[in-house]
Amino acid sequence: MKINSVKIISLLFFVLSAFYLYTAHQIQVFAFDEGAPFNAKTFPIYLGYAGMFFSGLKIVLPDQKPVEVDPTYLEFKKTILLVLTMVVYGATILKVGFFLSTSLFLVFSYYFLGERRWKFILIFSFPFVAIFMYLLHGVLAVYLRDPLLKYIGIMG
Amino acid sequence: MIEGILIGLKTALSFQNLMMVMIGCFAGTIIGMLPGLGPMTAIALMIPITYGFDPATGLILMAGVYYGAVFGGSTSSILINAPGVPGTVATSFDGYPMAQQGKAGKALAIAAYSSFAGGTISAIFLLIAAPSLSKVSLSFRSPDYFGLMILGLTAVAAFSSKGNFLKAMMMCVLGLMLASVGQDTLSDIPRFTFNNMNLSDGISFVLVVMATFAMSEALTIIIKGNDPSKAAKQISLTDLGSIKVSKEETKQMAVTIPRSSILGFIIGVLPGAGATIASFLAYGMERNFVKSAEKEKFGKGSVQGLSAPETANNAACSGSFVPLLTLGIPGSGTTAVMLGALLGFGIQPGPRLYETNPEIFWSVIMSMYIGMVVLLILNLPLIPYIARILAVPRTFLIPMILFFSVTGIYLMSFNNFDIFLMIGIAVIATILRLYDFPMPPLILAFVLGGLMEENLRRSLLISDGSWSFLWNRPLTLCIMITIVLILIWQIYNSYFKKGNSRV
Repeated sequence: MKINSVKIISLLFFVLSAFYLYTAHQIQVFAFDEGAPFNAKTFPIYLGYAGMFFSGLKIVLPDQKPVEVDPTYLEFKKTILLVLTMVVYGATILKVGFFLSTSLFLVFSYYFLGERRWKFILIFSFPFVAIFMYLLHGVLAVYLRDPLLKYIGIMG
Repeated sequence: MIEGILIGLKTALSFQNLMMVMIGCFAGTIIGMLPGLGPMTAIALMIPITYGFDPATGLILMAGVYYGAVFGGSTSSILINAPGVPGTVATSFDGYPMAQQGKAGKALAIAAYSSFAGGTISAIFLLIAAPSLSKVSLSFRSPDYFGLMILGLTAVAAFSSKGNFLKAMMMCVLGLMLASVGQDTLSDIPRFTFNNMNLSDGISFVLVVMATFAMSEALTIIIKGNDPSKAAKQISLTDLGSIKVSKEETKQMAVTIPRSSILGFIIGVLPGAGATIASFLAYGMERNFVKSAEKEKFGKGSVQGLSAPETANNAACSGSFVPLLTLGIPGSGTTAVMLGALLGFGIQPGPRLYETNPEIFWSVIMSMYIGMVVLLILNLPLIPYIARILAVPRTFLIPMILFFSVTGIYLMSFNNFDIFLMIGIAVIATILRLYDFPMPPLILAFVLGGLMEENLRRSLLISDGSWSFLWNRPLTLCIMITIVLILIWQIYNSYFKKGNSRV
């Protein structure tokens, strides 16, 4: 049996299913439900077994169509930077507010992806977000929390 | 039925709903045109917006987006040989050679007329088939529904996996596992929440769709280093040539369209099959039907070779609504997303939808037809302008998709946890995509998870814990036999077929 990335993913899925099955057995059901034909843990238990069965088969049986992904052709740096930018965006959106965090998220994302035309970067960030916010908040009456704009006095 | 059609027309033709069809078709065309982004992404991005509308309007918007995305996919197939959706791959076989011959406008027109005709014919089929099937499906019981859901998942796994059946089944299980997070619907007992209050209501459907489609598709484009705009730079998007179709070409299309529509509709109704299989089958069928002189033109810019898959994929789109509207069980990833959105509106599709919410049932069907008309009269003349979207560089495109995804979730929950969870699921989905793990089975399973557990609960309680409910009723037995046959066929095809065997 040849070990490849798909086999490793399948093994991880097998472990996940085993953990899921263990956790399913730990679900506390009501005393009168313990011996019932169906309770809150019945379906998850079957799912745990199904996950172990299919991933187990995938591990054991040979790959019919092995997927070759050459890591040298993958753009890890850009992807990781973009994911980190999203994480920071998610962490700041409530505290800093929608306008500033979203605009900065867009500026950094454009830049990390290789855009260097600052005119376009600036047009498609701050003014774009302002128009978007106006449409949501002003036209569609969708509430948007923005402590910064509230502090400045732009938003009520 | 006439009364229903009138109700549907009245709802669909209201000013607001007409606007929604137009916006939906337009937005769908733009998103569907971008290679790598399909109807599921387009619909997923629209869901947070639709929650502000009434159910009929929201569904009409999504149906418009669906058709627009399929039409948009054809455009990128024809113009830059980069199908926006798998259902339009066959379109590029003859559409792209036509564009290379300087007949891009004509190819787009043939695609638009064929889509319109295919969609119209299948909308009529849907009009007739849906109410009749609704009445039949009223006799279905919980074991039948449970069986049908397993059949749907197995069929989608079989058809969408492209030879990776076990991977697709793993994705089904993962989708069901994600759906089981949160409080049990009957007893309110928390499951897999790990004492985290944010998980007690379960994982939001919109979050999973956004993460596994919109966000992970965007991340996949980045990690693979694809740039859809590169191909667009090699052709003129403003000078596409005449969109006039000659009499001879119209005659050829008139022969192709009816048979491809029927085939497309039937394939669309089958769970799991959908537009991709329909378009390939129609292309193959057409090549067998035409005269040998015309057969030679296939792959080099044949009118019938372009018309057949375009007709069939649109007919299949309408066909895929049949199981959704009549049984409440989606047969494809895209209709699964629509089911999730319907459930979000508090509407349970199924045989009773026809009686309880006739305005939704009929307005969706009628709006499909209106959507076809909009695509034909609005989008076709605008194609030279809309096609410029293909030239938008990914440096702007990808951040915009990520922005709409994060904002969509943020506006629904105002919660950091949901954003982090979405990013986490998107990263895992991106890795899985790299290794060809299909996402549609995951979404279908996630949407069906709750319904499946509910029907299994009822079946087991009625049969006092015995699994004999799987073969007690002839209908359930037939469904189970079909499932077993699909499983055997898939395993045989994957591991024991001559020339395929490595065991």
